[in-house]
Amino acid sequence: MPTDVDQQPGEERAAQGGMALIQVRDVAMQFGGLRAVDGLSLTLHQGEMLGLIGPNGAGKTTLFNLIAGSLKPTAGGIFIDDRDVSHEGADRRIGHGVGRTFQIPRPFAEMTVLENVLTGRQHQAGEHIWMNFLRGGQVAREERQAVEKARALLDFVTLSHLESEPARVLSGGQRKLLELARILMADPRAILLDEPAAGVNPSLLEVIIERIRWLNADGKSVLLIEHNMDMVARLCSRVVVMAAGRYLTEGTPDEVVRDPAVIEAYLGEAA
Amino acid sequence: MNPQVLIDGLMAGALYGLGAIGVTLTYSILRFANFAHSELLTFGAYAALALSSALGALSAGLLEPIAPFSFGWALPLAGLVAVALTGLLALAVDAILFGRLRHRRSSIIVMVMASFGAALTLRSLIEFAFTSKPAYFTRELQIALPLGQGMRATPDQLLSLALAAILVIGVHLLLTRTAIGRSMRAVSENQALAGVVGVDVRRVIRVVWLLGAALACIAGIMSGLLVQLRPYMGFDLLLPLFAAAILGGIGSVPGAMLAGLIVGLAEAATVQLVGAEWRTAVAFVILVLVLLLRPQGLLGRAQA
Repeated sequence: MPTDVDQQPGEERAAQGGMALIQVRDVAMQFGGLRAVDGLSLTLHQGEMLGLIGPNGAGKTTLFNLIAGSLKPTAGGIFIDDRDVSHEGADRRIGHGVGRTFQIPRPFAEMTVLENVLTGRQHQAGEHIWMNFLRGGQVAREERQAVEKARALLDFVTLSHLESEPARVLSGGQRKLLELARILMADPRAILLDEPAAGVNPSLLEVIIERIRWLNADGKSVLLIEHNMDMVARLCSRVVVMAAGRYLTEGTPDEVVRDPAVIEAYLGEAA
Repeated sequence: MNPQVLIDGLMAGALYGLGAIGVTLTYSILRFANFAHSELLTFGAYAALALSSALGALSAGLLEPIAPFSFGWALPLAGLVAVALTGLLALAVDAILFGRLRHRRSSIIVMVMASFGAALTLRSLIEFAFTSKPAYFTRELQIALPLGQGMRATPDQLLSLALAAILVIGVHLLLTRTAIGRSMRAVSENQALAGVVGVDVRRVIRVVWLLGAALACIAGIMSGLLVQLRPYMGFDLLLPLFAAAILGGIGSVPGAMLAGLIVGLAEAATVQLVGAEWRTAVAFVILVLVLLLRPQGLLGRAQA
């Protein structure tokens, strides 16, 4: 968790030549007759906060699913630290330091808020059934550490007061914060945020924006899908635009919103 | 009513509860009703019989009863190995049959039918190996101890009750207080999400099979010790086990145990009040009533 938000922002470090953390190379995803992603490439550098925008149906969430390992590409490859992980499952991507949130947040509704965050902690001795009997002390120590960290993360996302409540009672915005805490539990290097502002009330949105800033300042790379251009402009210095599954253009938020091709892609959708 | 009903009901209920825990865990995590689960109970009992006989052949002293119980050290030692063997059998059946069907994304009805096939196969193999003649762990006679209020129980029965209580508490703590238990509940609630979060779903499935098989084996040994061993002993318990799992609420370990005790007590009361021929109908009646009136069971949660 960040301790000093005034340190050199991750964005600046990335601009100074951060290494490529995630590379999407000529990726395509075909669903029957629909080509949801069509030969797209992009790079997320270490410490960078990259925006990904595009009209509905552009293939942004499909691209997220490909990067997070929920889908396997029909062509091209996903590389993390220059290593091809295209055919590894979602549970392995966490091990590579990539965590994601969902457009519609998905908590484990019947588990408590604290337990939801704890599910993000993996590789504990207590996951091995025999260790619970043979190494009770080690298991208990690790569990205590995990609970301490989960409580600190709940404090970070301002949900401490709800830690014993079942996650089903949370509002949409609180669920988004809970998802953020859950992926932070695994100490990811890159965070994929799928429309964190959607359906969130303005005061909670400010909390979310602030927390994302802190995480980036702490060195975490962020790939952000968002329709709220104000939020994108406040957070990202570089934005990639997708349309019809393809790379359309990229630039600063100001540049892309004035780009005629981008305007046409959005207006075409409106028409 | 004769108060002995309470002891008889608790004994049967403890068996049902242990078996139902495996059913409820398998159902909540693998999403199908595994009708082969009761055959794990039969397999475990016969594996313990074969192993304890072998130990007895090696050293007759191991068959000498440990006072005040009716069995010698051969049975608990054999029971430990039988638990491991039953777990391995469950993993093997999953690797050969259920795992492949999951990989092909087979429908629930295909999984259920496959479990019927697995049950028939296992039962026939056990009958082939051990014949259909009843068998016993011990021929020692036990005198029931008076417990007051006209109730009596043998030391074997009291030991079985205590063991069942310890196991249920242990499994409940495992599910609620440990990392693997948390992962099991996460997979039970949303398997796809658990995978995205980083839970090793394959490990969770292995643990569910091992845990369910271990409890089934212990229930089988208890049944063999208190009654007798027959190749159809598991099949005869199928309806009460499912009645207990559904009455308790799918996924709830305390619910399965509580419901097992309720089914056992209801059966014992029926035998005394109505007649022994109605005993097997009780579980069926409970099952139908729960499905009609409270499908989420006693401690289960209603589906949104």
